Amino acid sequence: MNAAPTIRDYSLIGRDAQAAVANGLAAAEWYHTDLARKQMKELMKRSDGPAIRDTLVWLGCMMFFAGLGIALWGTWWCVPFFLAYGVLYGSASDSRWHECGHGTAFKTRWMNDAVYQIASFFMMRNPVTWRWSHARHHTDTVIVGRDPEIAVMRPPDLLRLVLNFFGLLDVWHALGDMGRNALGNVSAEEKTFIPEQEQHKVVRIARLWVAIYAATIALAIYMGSFLPLVLIGLPRLYGAWHHVLTGLLQHGGLADNVTDHRLNSRTVYMNPISGFIYWNMNYHVEHHMFPMVPYHALPKLHEAIKHDLPAPNTSIWNGYREMIPAFIRQLRNEEYFLKRQLPPTARPYREEFHSDAIAAAAE
Amino acid sequence: MSNWIEACAADDIDEEDVIRFDHDGRTFAIYRSPDDEYFATDGVCTHEQVHLADGLVMDEIIECPKHNGRFDYRTGEAKGAPVCVNLRTYPVKVEAGKVLIAIG
Ligand code: FES
Repeated sequence: MNAAPTIRDYSLIGRDAQAAVANGLAAAEWYHTDLARKQMKELMKRSDGPAIRDTLVWLGCMMFFAGLGIALWGTWWCVPFFLAYGVLYGSASDSRWHECGHGTAFKTRWMNDAVYQIASFFMMRNPVTWRWSHARHHTDTVIVGRDPEIAVMRPPDLLRLVLNFFGLLDVWHALGDMGRNALGNVSAEEKTFIPEQEQHKVVRIARLWVAIYAATIALAIYMGSFLPLVLIGLPRLYGAWHHVLTGLLQHGGLADNVTDHRLNSRTVYMNPISGFIYWNMNYHVEHHMFPMVPYHALPKLHEAIKHDLPAPNTSIWNGYREMIPAFIRQLRNEEYFLKRQLPPTARPYREEFHSDAIAAAAE
Repeated sequence: MSNWIEACAADDIDEEDVIRFDHDGRTFAIYRSPDDEYFATDGVCTHEQVHLADGLVMDEIIECPKHNGRFDYRTGEAKGAPVCVNLRTYPVKVEAGKVLIAIG
């Protein structure tokens, strides 16, 4: 017998998935701030320079920290170097995966693809599956039953969130998916967003990765040391915290089932180190509204359209100060959300999403 | 027999850019390449219902504004995920400063 459904059904093949289609929330037309074509073209312009520089810094720092960690292996002095290596592996890769998946980081296609493959491996995200799931996330951002990348569902599972700061559940599921895909099994949910002609690629990459992890484990056994695993695989756990810290802010606690990114996404000003690790994805409303704009142009895009957006959060801390209490209130009332105030200079959109009926739930 | 329709003036489109042209309930995208050649395709992406004229032209590529799917606008060829279905293309000619497209 099936358990009674909760109020929200996040399954991609469940009740709310059907309701989203019926209500016109699936593949809907989303709000965009007006921007002159000439200015937009300038912002969308691609170049290789910033991403080559950042990739050299990223991979160079990884090698540097790994080198020192290996040299100091067996002493406590290796710990800080592996912690730094871990963040570059298990967190900076998240934003590299993301930007290169969009194909906007570099102008040159093969560079995007190469960094995308490396970052996908580090993050344990099948590059085929996740390219498609992310496309759906952009089509149906935080639409219940449609978006496969909703990080915090309602009511929030706080234990899951805490465990994911150490990558525990993500990696557990990623390993399960990898094994299942490697055996040739593409799930019914995966089939809802991966076209048939792409599904064999999911299996092929999963098999390659299983071989790499098997070789790493074999090497660790042969050496009688955890070192190979500390370098490959485990950093996805001990270095995950920063990408979870920043990633939860993207949509956490905000409205769902609205077709306006100003209401369901969060822009947060961040310190430059987090900005480098996160590759400017803190300009998240801007990114969702105009995914064509490369990460390095997002601050300029923000300046161009901020008159039409809710005030950004002023820091990571400021974002958490509104988000955590919202999660706690959602434990009691999953209808609660943080209602974004648009500035007087903003163009209102789809008034029903700002209506008193919904606003009441947010009080 | 081709049905030539006047779409726009040749200089309505910047070099390496695209504009939208609606005709008879259909939408087309008209391109001007960096070599000053003109091309036309269906105006809506084959992945989802998104107007390509809001996208970015880079050399011979049009990149869709929604999920960055890429097509060769000269041939309509889809260049990889998330676009898997080619775009339909249409013959184009420029006469007396006007861009004409042949829609069947
Ligand atoms: S709508 Fe064009 S790539 Fe998705």
